[in-house]
Amino acid sequence: MINLVWLVPLLPLLGFLVNGLGRRYLSKSLAGIVGSGAILAAFVISLGMFLEVRTPGFQAVTVQLFDFISAGSLHIPFAFQVDQLSSLFLLIITGVGSLIHIYSTSYMHDETSEGFARYFAYLNLFVFSMLILVLGANYVMMFIGWEGVGLCSYLLIGFWYKNTNYNNAAKKAFVMNRIGDLGFLLGMFLMIVHFGSVNYSEVLPQIAGVAKGDGTLAAIAMLFFVGAMGKSAQVPLYTWLPDAMAGPTPVSALIHAATMVTAGIYMIARSNILYTLAPCVQNVVAIIGLVTAVLAASIALKQDDIKKVLAYSTVSQLGYMFLALGVGAYTTAVFHVMTHAFFKALLFLGSGSVIHAMGGEQDIRKMGGLKKYMPITNATFLIGCLAISGIPGLSGFFSKDEILSHTFAANKLLYVVGLLTALMTAFYMFRLYYITFCGQFRGTHEQEHHLHESPGAITFPLIVLAILSVIGGYVGLPAVFGAPNLLEHYLHPIFAASAEKVEPHELAHSTEWLLMGLSSVLVIITIFLARSWYRNFADNGEPRTGLAKVLENKWYVDEIYDAIIVKPLGMLSRFFEEAIERSGIDRLVNGVGRGVQWGSQQVRLLQSGQVGFYIFAMVIGMVLLFVIGFLVR
Amino acid sequence: MLTVLLILIPLVAGLLTFGLKGSGPKTVGLISSLASLAVTIAALFQFRTAPETLSHSCNWIPQLGATFSVGLDGMGMMLSLLTSISFVLIFIVINKREYDRANSFYALMLLSQAGLMGVFAAYDAMLFYFFWELALIPVYFLCSLWGGEKRIPVTFKFFVYTFAGSLLMLIGIIYIYLQTPEHSFSYASFTTAALPKETQSCLFWLFFVAFAIKMPIFPFHTWQPDTYEQSPTPVTMVLSGIMVKMGLFGVIRWLLPVLPQGAYVWSDVAIVLSIIGIVYASCIAIVQSDFKRLIAYSSIAHIGLMSAAIFANNEQSLQGVLVQFFNHGINIIGLWIIVEIIQDRLKVKSLNDLGGIAAYAPRMATFLVIISFANIALPLTNGFIGEFLMFSGLYQYNPWFMAVAGLGVILGAVYTLNMVQKVIFGQPNQLTETTTDLRGNEMLALSVIVAIILVLGVYPKPMLELVQSTTELVNKVY
Amino acid sequence: MPVQYYIFLSIALFCIGVMGVLMRRNAIIIFMCVELMLNAVNLLLVAFSKMWADAGRVDAAGAQIFVFFIMVVAAAEVAVGLAIIVMVYRNSQSVDVNIMNRLKN
Repeated sequence: MINLVWLVPLLPLLGFLVNGLGRRYLSKSLAGIVGSGAILAAFVISLGMFLEVRTPGFQAVTVQLFDFISAGSLHIPFAFQVDQLSSLFLLIITGVGSLIHIYSTSYMHDETSEGFARYFAYLNLFVFSMLILVLGANYVMMFIGWEGVGLCSYLLIGFWYKNTNYNNAAKKAFVMNRIGDLGFLLGMFLMIVHFGSVNYSEVLPQIAGVAKGDGTLAAIAMLFFVGAMGKSAQVPLYTWLPDAMAGPTPVSALIHAATMVTAGIYMIARSNILYTLAPCVQNVVAIIGLVTAVLAASIALKQDDIKKVLAYSTVSQLGYMFLALGVGAYTTAVFHVMTHAFFKALLFLGSGSVIHAMGGEQDIRKMGGLKKYMPITNATFLIGCLAISGIPGLSGFFSKDEILSHTFAANKLLYVVGLLTALMTAFYMFRLYYITFCGQFRGTHEQEHHLHESPGAITFPLIVLAILSVIGGYVGLPAVFGAPNLLEHYLHPIFAASAEKVEPHELAHSTEWLLMGLSSVLVIITIFLARSWYRNFADNGEPRTGLAKVLENKWYVDEIYDAIIVKPLGMLSRFFEEAIERSGIDRLVNGVGRGVQWGSQQVRLLQSGQVGFYIFAMVIGMVLLFVIGFLVR
Repeated sequence: MLTVLLILIPLVAGLLTFGLKGSGPKTVGLISSLASLAVTIAALFQFRTAPETLSHSCNWIPQLGATFSVGLDGMGMMLSLLTSISFVLIFIVINKREYDRANSFYALMLLSQAGLMGVFAAYDAMLFYFFWELALIPVYFLCSLWGGEKRIPVTFKFFVYTFAGSLLMLIGIIYIYLQTPEHSFSYASFTTAALPKETQSCLFWLFFVAFAIKMPIFPFHTWQPDTYEQSPTPVTMVLSGIMVKMGLFGVIRWLLPVLPQGAYVWSDVAIVLSIIGIVYASCIAIVQSDFKRLIAYSSIAHIGLMSAAIFANNEQSLQGVLVQFFNHGINIIGLWIIVEIIQDRLKVKSLNDLGGIAAYAPRMATFLVIISFANIALPLTNGFIGEFLMFSGLYQYNPWFMAVAGLGVILGAVYTLNMVQKVIFGQPNQLTETTTDLRGNEMLALSVIVAIILVLGVYPKPMLELVQSTTELVNKVY
Repeated sequence: MPVQYYIFLSIALFCIGVMGVLMRRNAIIIFMCVELMLNAVNLLLVAFSKMWADAGRVDAAGAQIFVFFIMVVAAAEVAVGLAIIVMVYRNSQSVDVNIMNRLKN
């Protein structure tokens, strides 16, 4: 089965080609079947591989297809690596991905058949890129996927290309990603200079042999982390992700849950030994992660767009994952990637279902009381909210709690802030839930008339994801429950080298129970607070003031970036163009030309046509020559 | 013998075309370019089996010690492949266009092709100089006779720049010629001249300025956007796709081996100039509203990276440059083809007048997107391989240089996406609603380009192997 | 007689010729002055030839043959030049060189 690994990315690629080239000829249903079928087939193969990989004692397999780049001593094969980590990610990507594809067949049905096929082509390409990213056996392969998902996010965010705002959002996403990519590239080059290779199987063992705290390692780790900041939307490169809501809703689900933003987590998990040996960078990762988590959560408190709330919640959750990576809890971070994929996909698809029913309306102030119209969406959305808030027993609880307890062990201050973020998460999620699904309907009559539960292709993925959101956490039960932690056991070979290098800080079981109880109680209190405030929400239309206004405007980060980067860049460009290019160099060159022309004009006058003058000039010249001849001698 | 044929076919066809009327020039142009391509491919096979058979030498001006020595190494092979493919594509695209005095137009195009092939094949300094001028002069006429409204001042500027450069180079060539013990222009005696270090560092500038103007790199570049803007688009394709490579080629073939110490002394300066050019041109490209000028500045930025990588001069950077020779040529010609098509349909070239074309010409939009992303070196397109290796090589030379040059990656994304957005996305206006999609010949040319982009992007090995020998040679000399 | 005398005479003649060409406007006079310069050179050639022959260094005839050449050329020149002047006079009723700038435009 493992030898078939090349089929996993190939199938989405074929889906992309068929849908992309045949977009004029394929009917909608055919395009949908091709698109979803390719991913489903990839999922089946991934599942088969996973069953093989999970057997104890499995060694990572590298499948080399051909030589990609070989220049001098540098050899970069086009190769796939199948091991515990990539196999797990494959399952998440293709599994959640295929649910999103199925969902899209219904959600995008209003598009023209050409647009429909184009959409599925992009979606398949997206999954393909992400698969290349996680399957690659070296950092260049990872970079291929890394940039590939950037491209696809560009194409999908700007899917409705007639809207200039959407295009700008797409451009912003790509450019911000590119800033990160440059960091990644630099890190890669530093790696090539120092280790002479980018293959995991060659580089990672070499790194493991380097002393802890080595400057070069820190530099590589930091540069890679810059890449992760761009891709996984961390401070300061996070502003593209909320704007990326411009794309169709399933695309948001794909970007936020299954692909793209988890790339940064994957990369750090993959290079865990590098970060373990660079403790200072690890601290940076943890702090940036936490700052992102708090910042995004605070913004989410006051957003009125259903997708924006979810987008900031993603940014915040990603911050959590980086916090986990930063405190060295790699397994936990991957665990949270998985659970987050389930409940965030669920929430996004649920919001899509709501938007679909509302006829494209995204402002939650104009919704309300949807519970009775859309029972399935309501139930699944509620499960998603409960899971993300960390209600005991649901998947989010286990992963989030593990992150918090690891943070507590590492640093108490970080823990407090992390806990605060968790409470904010619970608050804004339930604010969203209550405003949207409870109370009175606040939209127009026409909208109310159209309200309906979504068709099966939409509710089916919701139900599957809801089930996964509930049970997904039981693969990674914390040690205090006494049950074996399946995930940790499974991922052990990947993080073994790191585990050797650090002292494990074990918490007493009683402490852990205490932390768990504390966060659960606080979260439940917060939820009731949100319930009492927003259960009967009525939009009074008053503009917000003070801190609320700042939060509504996202701390004015976009405006600040505009003022300190975009505008000065434009001014600099204009200065180059006008001052240096046109009046500087150009004038100089043209000046030389004009000077010659002017000089010739003047000299031309000597050519008077007067024979006498010519002879006179000749005689003068001869006399001068004689004189010079004498003087020189 | 094939090498001589490569020069002779366009030369003879060009001279022949002057006397033709009607559709004759078109036919001859297409046939000649296809024949050149066939010969190049034959030469490619011969290069694999018996590379020495591609060299050819006979007396030319024995009194001066100038010989007619031509030959193709990996780099020459690559560039002649680029030249012949490009000319085929150009002739295919303009097949439906009608030019005034078509016979002279096609004849001059073919003559410049002959000149280019000669430049890439010459192994004699005098011959090199001869072909260098032979390639430039037709372009000068093409631009000044068939160019846009402001063609006269623009060609004047072009003339001032290029001839100043040529003159400096001629002085340099003659100086080295006089220093060679046997008074010969041959490549071998030039490379073994072993001039003292001080002389080399002076001579460096004579050659460097000539090549820098041709590439062009900052601050010798201001002829380029104007010329690209004003020239008829087929000429722009020749200029930006192939002719800029003359400068880079000159550095690798002549400057580095002949003046290694001079290049060593000044390499930092050259790289800094190149890198300034990258950032500077990228910034200017962001605020351009003219389609052609935008691409022109993007080309300056790309060439800046190549030139920086050449002077970084290590295995990876050189190999990257050589691969990028080909790939940049293909990509930029692709972009120009789209410019040509849009100009042909809509008669405008300001980005502000365009928009929303994707709805009316979806095929063209797809091609534009693919070529644009290849132009900003997205992985799995041909642009990535070269840029990756060049950046890697530059990083080994000096990480800070590379970091600054890397800004070009970000800025490149900004201006390219700006361009794509303004041309094909957004709301269509009255004018762009009339856009019709690609015709058969345009479809053919663009498909070839996209096929090259993707195939070489995924499987670049043949290209890398082709230029391996040149890289090793240059590194050995250095 | 020392050769210096010839040299001085010849310089004097030559200068007269030069000044004549420069200052006079009458084409015929200019023409005569050109002849004067030529003959000044001839004189010098003959004088030097005699000087070297006396010193026994070279054959006396060598330089003097050169003088004959010059005289022949001068004669040919006179034939053509005078013809031109006559034609100019017929066309413009004048031999003033200052009006002969019609080639200019």
